[in-house]
Amino acid sequence: MSQTTTYLLRGARLLGGHPTDLLLRDGVVAAVGAGLDAGDARVVDAEGLIALPGLVDLHTHLREPGREDAETVASGARAAAMGGYTAVHAMANTDPVADTAGVVEQVWRLGRDAGYCDVQPVGAVTQNLDGAHLAELGAMADSIAGVRVFSDDGKCVSDALLMRRALEYVKAFDGVIAQHAQEPRLTEHAQMNEGVVSDRLGLAGWPAVAEEAIIARDCLLAEHVGSRLHICHVSTKGSVQIIRWAKSRGCDVTAEVTPHHLLLTDDLAESYDPIYKVNPPLRTAEDVRALREGLADGTIDCVATDHAPHPIEAKETEWSNAAMGMIGLETALSVVQHAMVDTGLLDWAGVAERMSAAPARIGRLGGHGRPLAVGEPANVTLYDADATREVDPTAMVSKSANTPYRGMRLPGRVVATFLRGVPTVLDGKIQ
Amino acid sequence: MRHLLSAGDLSRDEALLILDTARELAQVSGRSVKKLPTLRGRTVVNLFYEDSTRTRISFEAAAKRMSADVINFSAKGSSVSKGESLKDTALTLQAMGADGVVIRHSSSGAARRLAGWVDGAVLNAGDGTHEHPTQALLDAYTMRERMGRLEGLRVAIVGDILHSRVARSNVLLLSTLGAEVTLVAPPTLLPVSVGAWPCAVSYDLDEVLPKSDVVMMLRVQAERMQAAFFPSAREYSRRYGLDRDRFARLPDDAIVMHPGPMIRGMEISAEVADSPRSTITEQVTNGVSVRMAVLYLLLGGSESAIGN
Ligand SMILES: [Zn+2]
Repeated sequence: MSQTTTYLLRGARLLGGHPTDLLLRDGVVAAVGAGLDAGDARVVDAEGLIALPGLVDLHTHLREPGREDAETVASGARAAAMGGYTAVHAMANTDPVADTAGVVEQVWRLGRDAGYCDVQPVGAVTQNLDGAHLAELGAMADSIAGVRVFSDDGKCVSDALLMRRALEYVKAFDGVIAQHAQEPRLTEHAQMNEGVVSDRLGLAGWPAVAEEAIIARDCLLAEHVGSRLHICHVSTKGSVQIIRWAKSRGCDVTAEVTPHHLLLTDDLAESYDPIYKVNPPLRTAEDVRALREGLADGTIDCVATDHAPHPIEAKETEWSNAAMGMIGLETALSVVQHAMVDTGLLDWAGVAERMSAAPARIGRLGGHGRPLAVGEPANVTLYDADATREVDPTAMVSKSANTPYRGMRLPGRVVATFLRGVPTVLDGKIQ
Repeated sequence: MRHLLSAGDLSRDEALLILDTARELAQVSGRSVKKLPTLRGRTVVNLFYEDSTRTRISFEAAAKRMSADVINFSAKGSSVSKGESLKDTALTLQAMGADGVVIRHSSSGAARRLAGWVDGAVLNAGDGTHEHPTQALLDAYTMRERMGRLEGLRVAIVGDILHSRVARSNVLLLSTLGAEVTLVAPPTLLPVSVGAWPCAVSYDLDEVLPKSDVVMMLRVQAERMQAAFFPSAREYSRRYGLDRDRFARLPDDAIVMHPGPMIRGMEISAEVADSPRSTITEQVTNGVSVRMAVLYLLLGGSESAIGN
């Protein structure tokens, strides 16, 4: 990576507003204003580009340790940088599971050594994701990784009593339980959203109620014990309504939506191409509308990618044998622009809130999601919203190519990403 | 028609062409010369990932009667059972120059996936709980032979609709051909969106039977009981089984069908299954003619089916 420590971003539109200059020096924003003197700084022509605080992902599967054939911490961190991210939360469902201080520290170190973005490990709620025995949450919180987000993601903490205990326990260190809301009995063998399409295709259904019932239960639990709850990848209209209701009651709940749930619908399964197989599944156009509205009105706090890399053979198979999940780090901002900005539902300040500030707040990452102001960490993403690109899976920086946007034309392109003043991406290329 | 993956892909004209061709071929089969030269030099692979001797034999007989070379590639004891992927198997078939692949698979959509990987015609012989189009075609053929028409024919399909590829294909094909289908099942064995299907739905078999020209009984697997789809085999039989008393409620000329294999005493009583108004053995015979017609239309090119 470049050793230059001073950069002048010339003419960038701060949060999509009027053009100004940004001077990044010694890891912080040293000056903001029109016509700044470059001095010895390297000048980056940012004319027409939008400057956003470095993006933060609350939900990333980096696969290391265990499935380094699909992704490593380093390759995933590079993909994140390409997508404009300066911090990602690495989910715990690795092999071994990130359920001890040892594993979270290993992931944290791999991230630090790679250097492309801050890799903040998520700790498992239960040992080996067994759903039955609490993992040593305190040890992970106290470790060098400083874990604050705990999740059995991939699996639901379905036992109500265990969920209650976990919600209560993490209050001691300001933690949050991020729930993958999926009632297991209602989703046995589930392959896709249950509805008109699944019935026609003869694929076992994953009903919306299996998500909504858990969200309702957990909101009530969190309210009862006064704990912080985060809902992963909200995918249905009913979930949005329940979260809106819970927030109106004062429940301390936050929620995320993935880019793919903001854009894609379950009829894509008609091809039986498992590139569209994901958990929770793609839903209906009505759900997509409700999710966009929920993200716009703040019911849903943030966008999280649920970046889930898989090797080719895991997808080049029959639908029911294929792995669930899709990569998303390198396309997230484009999809959000397409679904939310170009539709008039969000402005760029709103995007910055939902893709940087809110996830950093929920994850308690003090050095991220900050305003682009003097003295703040120089985590910056420069984005060309006027560009268009055809998504090419073979051109992904991620080790995996399982993108559902293959061949689609999407708006926008990340031109540069700075992590504490150091470019991880420059001229659209990984550094 | 390049593949036959779903009964829903067939237009009315295509479906009728298959049925008419099947009738022509049946007449030839009825004569002493059983073998036609139509598909000489063509290779048909039977790729069976599920045990289904009756369907495999039916396709094999159909292909052989038209002089095709038949390769049976069954999952048991082959590289398939050693974990070779469907895609790798597809590439092998492609290298062998298969002109047609008949696939039976436990995964919905497997036939569609295969069609993306091979150049030859793919014929869906049952994929998971999705479809079984040649079964629907042979059922329609049988109904037309027995009742003389399909337009306006009142067909009740009874049993485990939710998990039935036969029901899905029949609903699509029969609605294309103008029959009036009513699905009869306990609500647990109907898809949640069945209201959007081109058919009527009833929970009450006794009410539907007097208004049916055809009643098709589907197999109900015992494992559905363990999964709480219904309380017991006895209760299922009592409410949805076709016994002698229920049979008597049918119009006098109505017929009883079953795609097999049947569970006598569960969904159908032995005396009904063996009645002259049951078409169960005819369905087997007709299956060969219909599969000959489909293979001919997919692989045969422009020559006449009978080749005379
Ligand atoms: Zn999840």
